[in-house]
Amino acid sequence: MSFILLWLGVGLLGGLAAAARFLIDATVSADTAGRFPAGTLAVNLSGSVLLGLLVGIALRGDAYLLAGTAVIGSYTTFSTWMLESHRLGEDEERWLLVANIAASLALGVAAVALGQLIGGG
Amino acid sequence: MERDRSTESRPGFKLMRASPPRFDRQELAAIFVGGFLGAIVRAGLAQGLAERPDRWPWATFIVNVLAALLLGYFITRLQERLPPSLYSRALLGTGVCGALSTFSTMALELLKMIEGAHWTLAAGYTAASVGCGFAAVFLSTKLVRRARLGT
Repeated sequence: MSFILLWLGVGLLGGLAAAARFLIDATVSADTAGRFPAGTLAVNLSGSVLLGLLVGIALRGDAYLLAGTAVIGSYTTFSTWMLESHRLGEDEERWLLVANIAASLALGVAAVALGQLIGGG
Repeated sequence: MERDRSTESRPGFKLMRASPPRFDRQELAAIFVGGFLGAIVRAGLAQGLAERPDRWPWATFIVNVLAALLLGYFITRLQERLPPSLYSRALLGTGVCGALSTFSTMALELLKMIEGAHWTLAAGYTAASVGCGFAAVFLSTKLVRRARLGT
């Protein structure tokens, strides 16, 4: 695959994955409608399972760059997770802030491990 | 300590999510363009800096903290200073910052550190990512609000 095509693919897939994140986040957030940022957590955990799966099936090289780094990397997000945690702190929802950070970290690592297991890695 | 809650200058999480979901084509297009750019920068850095489970994952760490800094700046500015603009937020926030940063790769790197029994590295990477990411949002938010008070 030529260099230009490969990086065009990274951009296209990354853009589509960002739009998918937005749609899934908005849908989950509307369904839960709570004080906890469930949409971002749902996106990050589902993405972590998928990334673990790609590692489990030993995807490498350009295939991993496109499916893992471009798609799953763009689909999940660190910055929104941090922004929402910060805003929870401003709302004086300290327990929700701590829960959002701790649960995302613990479940995120577990989700990658689960995906890896499913993929047979 | 009682904080002033009468003003909307600190919308917090609840107000940030107050608007119902709306799937408009131009908004999705703006997210796509932002995501396109964010993904290329992140992937470029990841390809340039090869990662190993016993080394500090600089590529992921840099994009995550940078994206948190930018997102705090963009969202605070768009929500509290400028007239609400759906497409700026979609392009810069959801698109660029969302795709520039990544959660799943960080979780994968942490799992690999744990699997390799690099406990100190795993603990340090977790603390630094959360600590610097949170501080980045805090600082950029504060910067925008201070600039507003100054004008």
